[in-house]
Amino acid sequence: MFESLTERLHGVFQKLVGRGRLSEQDVKDALREIRRVLLEADVNLDVARDFLRAVEARAVGADILQSVTPGNQVVKIVHEELVTLLGGPAPSGMQFPSNRAAVLLLAGLQGSGKTTTAAKLAKHWAGRGKRVLLTALDLQRPAAIDQLEVLATSIGVPVHLDRETKDPVALAVAARRRADREGFDLLVADTAGRLHVDDALMDEVARVHASLEPTETYLVLDGMTGQDAVQSAQVFTGRLPVTGFVLTKMDGDTRGGAAISLRAVAGAPIRWLGVGEKVDGLEAFHADRLASRILGMGDVLTLVERAQERLDVAKAAELEKRLRKDRFTLEDFLQQLQEMKKLGPLEEIVKMLPGVRLPAGARVDEREMKRTEAIILSMTPLERERPKVIDGSRRKRIARGSGTTVQDVNRLLRQFEQAQQMMKRLGGKRGKFPMGVR
Amino acid sequence: MSFFKKISEGLRKTREAIAGQVVSVFRPGRELDDEDFQHLEAALLRADVGPEATDRLLAAVRATLKDAAYEGTPADALRDAVASLLGEAGAARPAADSSERPFVTLVVGVNGTGKTTTIAKLAHHYVRAGETVLLVACDTFRAAAADQLEVWAKRVGASIHRQQEGADPAAVAYDGVATAKARRVDRVLVDTAGRLHVKANLMAELEKIRRVIGKVIPEAPHETLLVLDATTGQNGVMQAREFDKALGLSSLALTKLDGTAKGGVVLAIAATMRLPLGWVGVGEGMEDLIPFEPAEYARALVEDVPPPA
Ligand SMILES: Nc1nc2c(ncn2[C@@H]2O[C@H](COP(=O)(O)OP(=O)(O)OP(=O)(O)O)[C@@H](O)[C@H]2O)c(=O)[nH]1
Ligand SMILES: Nc1nc2c(ncn2[C@@H]2O[C@H](COP(=O)(O)OP(=O)(O)OP(=O)(O)O)[C@@H](O)[C@H]2O)c(=O)[nH]1
Ligand SMILES: [Mg+2]
Ligand SMILES: [Mg+2]
Repeated sequence: MFESLTERLHGVFQKLVGRGRLSEQDVKDALREIRRVLLEADVNLDVARDFLRAVEARAVGADILQSVTPGNQVVKIVHEELVTLLGGPAPSGMQFPSNRAAVLLLAGLQGSGKTTTAAKLAKHWAGRGKRVLLTALDLQRPAAIDQLEVLATSIGVPVHLDRETKDPVALAVAARRRADREGFDLLVADTAGRLHVDDALMDEVARVHASLEPTETYLVLDGMTGQDAVQSAQVFTGRLPVTGFVLTKMDGDTRGGAAISLRAVAGAPIRWLGVGEKVDGLEAFHADRLASRILGMGDVLTLVERAQERLDVAKAAELEKRLRKDRFTLEDFLQQLQEMKKLGPLEEIVKMLPGVRLPAGARVDEREMKRTEAIILSMTPLERERPKVIDGSRRKRIARGSGTTVQDVNRLLRQFEQAQQMMKRLGGKRGKFPMGVR
Repeated sequence: MSFFKKISEGLRKTREAIAGQVVSVFRPGRELDDEDFQHLEAALLRADVGPEATDRLLAAVRATLKDAAYEGTPADALRDAVASLLGEAGAARPAADSSERPFVTLVVGVNGTGKTTTIAKLAHHYVRAGETVLLVACDTFRAAAADQLEVWAKRVGASIHRQQEGADPAAVAYDGVATAKARRVDRVLVDTAGRLHVKANLMAELEKIRRVIGKVIPEAPHETLLVLDATTGQNGVMQAREFDKALGLSSLALTKLDGTAKGGVVLAIAATMRLPLGWVGVGEGMEDLIPFEPAEYARALVEDVPPPA
């Protein structure tokens, strides 16, 4: 399950080798594979159908038939069409009126991530010099107010709340008045989760909207949502003038096909992706990256961006130089490990790499990395520089010091030696990823 | 509201959405052609059953209908295929001896699926059955998670074991279960923080919680429940697989079936692993929990098809 589209199309186009032309049947076969990939990525069935028509219209074109690599050509078309459908870069900014506070209203189904996103957005704007006020309009769920209050405290943003009232509309009015009166730049309003089929609650949020007159109204949707995304988004956007979507929990392995459905049926752009439970887990949305992800093509761009943000460039350059000169030691290896960790959980990194698909069920073991680190840390500088000196008794000492076994130490040394040999072979080649990123 | 009423309420929308399409397919006394199958395929795919399990169900329908001796309608064939897929998946796991006391249930799942609320509903269910219940607040990570559980504990009449935010969840689990054992409580429900199954460190944390519980009571946790959100698409398959691999799951609870989502991913899960579905959540209140019935669910997916003329 969840093979990448490229792999799948490879199978379809394999039989073309030597024929060099696509028959109508070939195109049909390819489209069927694409459809399956889209459905496994949770793209809505009807949306997928329309989408495939657009791809078909382009794929049967003559230049494809002549192409040496029709598979790649088709993947490229699919990718481009997806990017078009997802929409160009959406402005993640906000208009701040000069005479009163801007208001950002968050709504959505239960558990989609509204409260967490409210805190993330508040932090985002506070970090850009805006005076931000949060307000807790979820008067339903147990401890919902406490949750927002704790988050607000942790990011140092004030929160307007009222534990007595049961009327979110009245509270919204009060929060709006306070934000205007006290000269806040932005009011971020968290609301209770609600089902789109719950008329009374949909009515309530419409009234909250009317009383707040928000600058932006975001629908917060769980990135793991399946076919139902279309229905709920349609109803929400029908009842509220939604100006954007936030797709949460994108730090997992969901393909996020719901995003396509959102764009296709509901019109508004996707503004943000939620990529973590912590308050800094918010990323701007990029159509091309999400398209790659839906197709299982990795997400190199995000990785490169992270590398640029978080890696120590001087260190990386130094390391690369040593690599080139064949002077790669265990000390370097340790540093490389530590730099890698800055890019995020290993699992996540692996997923972003194109062509690297973990076999079904395989798991990157973070603990293995920790073990490796512990082993190297238990070595003396000499041992790190010249692993050849590590004899039997040193191995025992290192194993004891790092809480591992001699077998673990042996394995690491063996792996290191192999890595060194590989480095030698790669020798002069440029662009060792990720350490060569500038 | 009676349990049966709840089932029909909770699954009514599922029924309505799918029934219309199925009815149009299964006009009595008609051979199924490709077009029929496409309609049926669409109905299953729209319910989040996923391409793989859909193929499998449709193949079963085809096979059944090939048999000239088969007397049922195509709808019967599909319903049977759904029920037997769920039945097979549910049959295999040996359940723990439910008379163990305290009986410890560990509740896990990805973020926001409804773990804490489901625990409240289960607690309510057991308290009403006259049992004493202790809730253990191992979500020491999410803001006010323990407060949320505490509100529910008060509401349903259960007791709670909690520590401060940021405490080691395994330590909370250990103390909680030890307390339950000392106080001879009947049921222990352990709430854990939501976590995405790809996060190896968080999954390791769960394994540790489970291990530590076993140190207090060797057979515990007697039951490990994965809470799955019915709006979830095909990612649900990964969730079930990974949580099972880490912990060895006993069963599933499917929440939020009171919306328009059909939770068909449980069929996709059933097609790849054996895991029974225990409970269905149909609302935010403590009463909104019903035992899952494979036959009832299958009927809800394939309802109201007139018999052949
Ligand atoms: N991994 C991950 N978890 C997230 C993300 N956003 C939110 N969460 C988690 O999802 C769960 C639900 O988030 P909340 O912010 O409480 O969701 P909500 O929409 O306010 O929920 P209700 O108010 O109950 O409807 C919590 O466990 C959050 O920590 C995200 O981007 N990534
Ligand atoms: N409509 C509906 N809402 C539900 C159901 N079960 C839970 N909820 C709501 O879903 C939201 C999340 O529920 P929680 O119980 O907090 O979920 P959780 O899995 O504990 O969340 P985290 O601990 O943050 O991972 C809350 O707003 C609940 O009221 C259900 O069966 N139907
Ligand atoms: Mg909330
Ligand atoms: Mg919880």
